[in-house]
Amino acid sequence: MKISYNDHAVSLVTSGGAHPICGYGSQAGYGDRMGHLPRPRGPISEGIISALSGGPLPPAGAPDPFGEDLQVSLHVCYELHYQGFDGVDPAWEWDPGLLGLRRDLEQVFLTALRDGVEGGADVEAAVDAAMIDSPGGVSHFLEDKGELWHLREYVVHRSIYHHKEADPHAFAIPRLTGQAKASLVAVEFDEFGGGRYARMHSKLFCDLMRALGLDDSYLARLDDVPAPMLAVVNMMSLFGLHRSLRGALVGHFASAEITTSPSAARMARALDRLGVAETVFFTEHVEADAVHEQVLRRDVVGDLLRREPELAGDVVFGFQATDLVESRFGAHVLAAWDAGRTSLREAPDGR
Amino acid sequence: MADETRIRMITGGPILVEGPVEITLDDGRVIRSDRFMVALCACKRSRTYPICDTSHRPKHRRGES
Repeated sequence: MKISYNDHAVSLVTSGGAHPICGYGSQAGYGDRMGHLPRPRGPISEGIISALSGGPLPPAGAPDPFGEDLQVSLHVCYELHYQGFDGVDPAWEWDPGLLGLRRDLEQVFLTALRDGVEGGADVEAAVDAAMIDSPGGVSHFLEDKGELWHLREYVVHRSIYHHKEADPHAFAIPRLTGQAKASLVAVEFDEFGGGRYARMHSKLFCDLMRALGLDDSYLARLDDVPAPMLAVVNMMSLFGLHRSLRGALVGHFASAEITTSPSAARMARALDRLGVAETVFFTEHVEADAVHEQVLRRDVVGDLLRREPELAGDVVFGFQATDLVESRFGAHVLAAWDAGRTSLREAPDGR
Repeated sequence: MADETRIRMITGGPILVEGPVEITLDDGRVIRSDRFMVALCACKRSRTYPICDTSHRPKHRRGES
């Protein structure tokens, strides 16, 4: 163990040795959740990660909004608000210097998201667009011709979200009121297994990972997952951690619930075709999200906009930004697969 | 009268029933769900009938075949 100092806190850093592991042969069992710091992907993430061990914070500079360095940097900043990192002082969550740097990075990312969407305030049109299932996506590829290594890669990508499934959306609860709040909490209750850990969606995802022979420890594969997936999760955290973006968070949540059901059905068929029996994660999402879609549209989005009609533009932004980051992710994965390459960053998985 | 069963019919979509529910089909099969809300298929297209799987939706983006 070493002790390091910074301007705001004294941190105790455990070096080497065991970090708590969730699942996968761990006696602790899954549920013990804490990741380890990822490897840096550029000067900003290098600076942040070394600062968490006692170095000075780097300047934000002008990074590529969808690039590896910015996305992993934001991911590290946000993770301090979720499970934190083994060996990193939890006081960093509210370190003013780091929060200031995060704000600068968020501005770069948020500006790119706003610049990348059409905009407007027509919520009905945004819902209609999300309802229409367009061919050519990753789940279509997996259903039609995916091999086991494709499936395993896809699951590794998605683990960055599903290990904290529904957590970012829980930040909406204290920011809503009335029926919108009650209904969002009902959907979240379902996401967290209705009070039963064995049915919690993040737990079902860990079951799937283990069935595929993948390490289901919390964020175990973070270093392998490239920026397009990190952007999907960072967008949720960005919307979740800012009350001013609650409309976008609700729009994103509704969009995700609307689009998941058909793609989950394709994924269940892909698993059947590949002989993977652990389909519960996807079959549950087919049914659950058919319900959640209705509740989100009518009782959450509908009620929120009756109370705060001025949020319509933000709700639309949430829909459109979700489509933007998911489209970028899908394009990245399919471009790699069409070229016969891994879509992950480092060691190809399972080939 | 406070405990009436509440059902919501969605035009072009499913029938929403507050759970938990037990559904008996013609062939004697019994389906149970304890979800807070259950979406029942009204279009008969669901592959998980009688539970909605969103098959009622249009298939492709406008303009695509």
